[in-house]
Amino acid sequence: MRLSGENLACVRGGREVFTGLSFSLAGGEALLVTGRNGSGKSSLLRLMAGLVRLAEGKLTLDGGAAEASIAEQSHYLGHLDAQKPALTVVENLTFWADYLGGGDVAPALDAVDLAALADLPAAYLSAGQRRRLSIARLVAVNRPIWLLDEPTSALDAASQSRLAALMRAQLAGGGMIIAATHGPIGLEGARELQMGPA
Amino acid sequence: MNALLALIKRDMRLAVRVGGGALMGAFFFLIVVVMVPFAVGPDLNLLARIGPAILWLGALLASLLALDRLFATDYEDGSLDLLMTGAMPLELAVAAKAIAHWLTTGLPLVIIAPLLGLMLNVELTATGPLMLTLLAGTPALTFIGLIGAALSVTLRRGGLLLAVLVLPLTIPVLIFGVAAANAAIVGPAPFGPPFTILCALSLASLVIGPVAAAAALRHGLE
Repeated sequence: MRLSGENLACVRGGREVFTGLSFSLAGGEALLVTGRNGSGKSSLLRLMAGLVRLAEGKLTLDGGAAEASIAEQSHYLGHLDAQKPALTVVENLTFWADYLGGGDVAPALDAVDLAALADLPAAYLSAGQRRRLSIARLVAVNRPIWLLDEPTSALDAASQSRLAALMRAQLAGGGMIIAATHGPIGLEGARELQMGPA
Repeated sequence: MNALLALIKRDMRLAVRVGGGALMGAFFFLIVVVMVPFAVGPDLNLLARIGPAILWLGALLASLLALDRLFATDYEDGSLDLLMTGAMPLELAVAAKAIAHWLTTGLPLVIIAPLLGLMLNVELTATGPLMLTLLAGTPALTFIGLIGAALSVTLRRGGLLLAVLVLPLTIPVLIFGVAAANAAIVGPAPFGPPFTILCALSLASLVIGPVAAAAALRHGLE
């Protein structure tokens, strides 16, 4: 599997965020996207998730499912957590697991250590716990590409090392990870894409 | 199919748990209709004549109530982003949300319509056809309202803009709904033609609404 972008350009709100961006990533590889605030890291991830239109260039996935778009084969972990406060932890996760194509909820909650809070309404979760619940979604539903926008924000040290283990498992299974981050997230051997003026 | 049902179930669960749920729309309907005899006066003949029109207007306004938050909450917490990455096309996801909205807002209106018909001195024989017109027409109100809700999704207080956008589009539904109800009550005009046109409007909006709303959401999210 290979995800490649050629000469990508993105325009948001009339402002050109980035142009002429090219990269290529194979299955089992990770890419860290770094750069100053406003350099377009989140926009690049949203572009790959199909949420922002490509102004120029081509984004292709070779070796994935033929009929599905790139967005349908990726998990997007953004700044917002997509959880409903009125639903419990397990109800939130079960909904996303069912909607995104099926997966086991209980092992995913164990993987992020939220099994004890399964019946708590999501309104009572702390920021770190909400982030862990979002990560549980990535574990529950199997998709080859992970698009992570600052995944370690709000996580304590134990949760960060759990996340690093989950990311290593994803790479070992042939998936790929593209993570926008300001600092190291525990993935050794990841390539780096630095956004900014050429 | 599983994804569609999961979305409908989630939306219905949220509608019941948050903000008073299905009962709130029905209570608003009740209040609006109860105020009319106070405003118009105890003229029973007049009330009987305008009864169906008042019920339809009440149903319209009650449907509009919950439309405001239909997409706004999903947009604000990032759920809309993820709904677009499912295997289901966005049009179907939007239709699922509309179905859940109708089941929790439109259907309760149909069910309490006979009680309100009593308050407006609508003849007993006419309540059946009246409920039927509401049953056939309230889906159109929801699915047309979808379009306005999708267009105003990024606005914080989009409620009024939503009403301005949606109400003109629902005028045909209103006209044929009231015409069908009146035909059943008063009658020389047959019930069939306006009722079938009402059904046609609902069926057309079932397709046009989600397609237009999905297009509006994609543009709004960029």
